[in-house]
Amino acid sequence: MIATLKLSARNLLRYRRRTLLTAGLITLGVVALLIFVASAGAFKQTMVGEITDSMLGHLQVHRKGYQAATDNSPLNLNLQPNAVSKVEDFLKANPDVAAYSKRVKMGAMFSNYAETSAIRLNGIEPEAEDTTVPALRNRILDGEKIGPLVKEGELLLPTLLARGLKVKVGDSVVLVVTNASGSVNARPFTVRGILDQVTGPGGRDGYIHIKDARELLRMEKPEVMEIAVRLKNINMLERVQQGLATQLDTIRNKEDKPATELHSWKELSPFATIVKMIDMMTLFIRVMLIAIVLVSVMNVMLMAVYERIREIGTLAAIGTRPGKIMGIFLGEGLLLGLVGAVAGVAISYALVAIFHVWPISFTFGRNALALVPVLATGEVLLVLGLAILVSALASLQPAWRAANMDPVTALRHV
Amino acid sequence: MALIQATAIKKNYRVGEIDVPALKGIDFEIEKSAFVAIVGPSGSGKSTMLNLIGCLDHPSSGTLLVNDTEVARLSRNAAAAFRGEHLGFVFQDFNLVPVLTAYENVEYPLLMVRGWAESKRRERVMKILEAVGMADQAHKRPDQLSGGQKQRVAVARALVGEPKLVLADEPTANLDHDTAYRILNLMKQMRDESGTTFVFSTHDPKIMGEAEVTFILEDGLLSRQGAQQ
Ligand SMILES: Nc1ncnc2c1ncn2[C@@H]1O[C@H](COP(=O)(O)OP(=O)(O)OP(=O)(O)O)[C@@H](O)[C@H]1O
Ligand SMILES: [Mg+2]
Repeated sequence: MIATLKLSARNLLRYRRRTLLTAGLITLGVVALLIFVASAGAFKQTMVGEITDSMLGHLQVHRKGYQAATDNSPLNLNLQPNAVSKVEDFLKANPDVAAYSKRVKMGAMFSNYAETSAIRLNGIEPEAEDTTVPALRNRILDGEKIGPLVKEGELLLPTLLARGLKVKVGDSVVLVVTNASGSVNARPFTVRGILDQVTGPGGRDGYIHIKDARELLRMEKPEVMEIAVRLKNINMLERVQQGLATQLDTIRNKEDKPATELHSWKELSPFATIVKMIDMMTLFIRVMLIAIVLVSVMNVMLMAVYERIREIGTLAAIGTRPGKIMGIFLGEGLLLGLVGAVAGVAISYALVAIFHVWPISFTFGRNALALVPVLATGEVLLVLGLAILVSALASLQPAWRAANMDPVTALRHV
Repeated sequence: MALIQATAIKKNYRVGEIDVPALKGIDFEIEKSAFVAIVGPSGSGKSTMLNLIGCLDHPSSGTLLVNDTEVARLSRNAAAAFRGEHLGFVFQDFNLVPVLTAYENVEYPLLMVRGWAESKRRERVMKILEAVGMADQAHKRPDQLSGGQKQRVAVARALVGEPKLVLADEPTANLDHDTAYRILNLMKQMRDESGTTFVFSTHDPKIMGEAEVTFILEDGLLSRQGAQQ
């Protein structure tokens, strides 16, 4: 076995330039794949983290039908207090849930006494919101960054609106709301902070205290429009979502239909489509890598067999079994793929280390992000395994040809 | 009992639609420890005959016993095993493995065919390299050796497994006269020391004189010129 591999290695070294070129091609493919996967993974994580941590949470519970109507900020699709307390019981009992936050959402008119603009508002419980979407605080560009997110009588304003209406921190503004029964209510608020916007729904919302929100809407009972849920580990999303969905299904309305609906961030944010596209591209690059390894190794091995016909005849004549001859050529292709892949992995780790020192910065939408790619061990092992498997596969036919060559014909070959 | 017994051997090559006869029914016997030359003009069937004896090819008809084995019956794998066990080969173009040193070329049959242990191999390889006078060149690759040196290494490779029979198809055709002579003497000396049977083909009349038994092939038919012992 070792002797066979040694012979394979010697033969690879015999055609140094060809070996180098082929291994280099495989290296290039591996680097391209690994760096893409690492960057795409970092991008995904950054974006998903930003979306879920600063706004959506991982899961959201609404009254049945709310999500379909969300663009109109409906006021008649609220979760009633008894449903809310049942949902809260499930969430509190669930060991995978880290935090949740109740929200009262509404559309409003926002005025600086001179101009008016439309705004969407989230009424929040500051502590619960802070633990459910911990990155919301980081979006405060201007204003109080410590202490509660928002106090009664205060407003967090999205930056676009603040700029458009030339409002600064500390200014007094008026929020005008039409409630469910059609009557109008208005109240002055002080601007506590200006929020940087993020991509996705809710990225341009303002925030007020939940008590103010209920007062503006003249809500008599503590109803909520939305419960955002944060999990301890986002990788458990599917499992937790399934479990919660069956539990929530037991909360029924008067017609004995489910009273609530549960969505994950993937269903709430258009970014999920981008994630899917990235995954598709990863698959595509993976297929390309397989093709590169397959074609280049097969090409080299066919050439190697053709060049060494007389040598194969000699080895066969002096008693080398067909299986052993096959092993020599299989080993050669395998080594070639392995060397290329290992070099690719090494270079990828080096590149990733460089990216850690000098991160790739880019802007997505209006957000400046710094990408720090990370190589997952699983991905590296997968690529190595793939390269070895595919090069073995690619050498199979040439090696089989060598093993089954007729020694007399091979020895007569010029 | 002769080492090789051939009866009514015919060999046809199929070229397109027609069978071309290369051996037209030959009978011969070769004794153990014989030093045999097969001579004849180009295309007379020398290589064909050696390939049959060497289990590299099957006769079209007739029976061929090598070391009491009916070699035509052997499967591909069994034939390879038989060659590895009982036969040694020397080729016109030396056919050393270019990526292996002289030492490694000689070691190859013991390592890759016989699967001997390292220390046993080393002892045997050094001994046979010593015998062919190549011990001091053991570390060199074939491209660093002269033709005569390469053929010495090839003889060592053929003999390293102590085969019953060494087959050499025109072993001296690519060597100058003096070198050819020396290689042949080396083979004879090896035969004297180990008792290995040598069968070689040549069309060089001077080299032919070194043989103790000479078979003459002409147009697929064999005649024996007798022993000169
Ligand atoms: N594989 C083959 N297919 C067809 N014909 C062949 C084949 N091998 C040999 N022959 C023919 O058989 C005859 C004997 O060939 P062989 O090679 O045995 O001769 P030889 O005596 O070794 O000649 P040389 O001195 O040129 O090596 C020749 O006519 C040759 O053309
Ligand atoms: Mg010939």
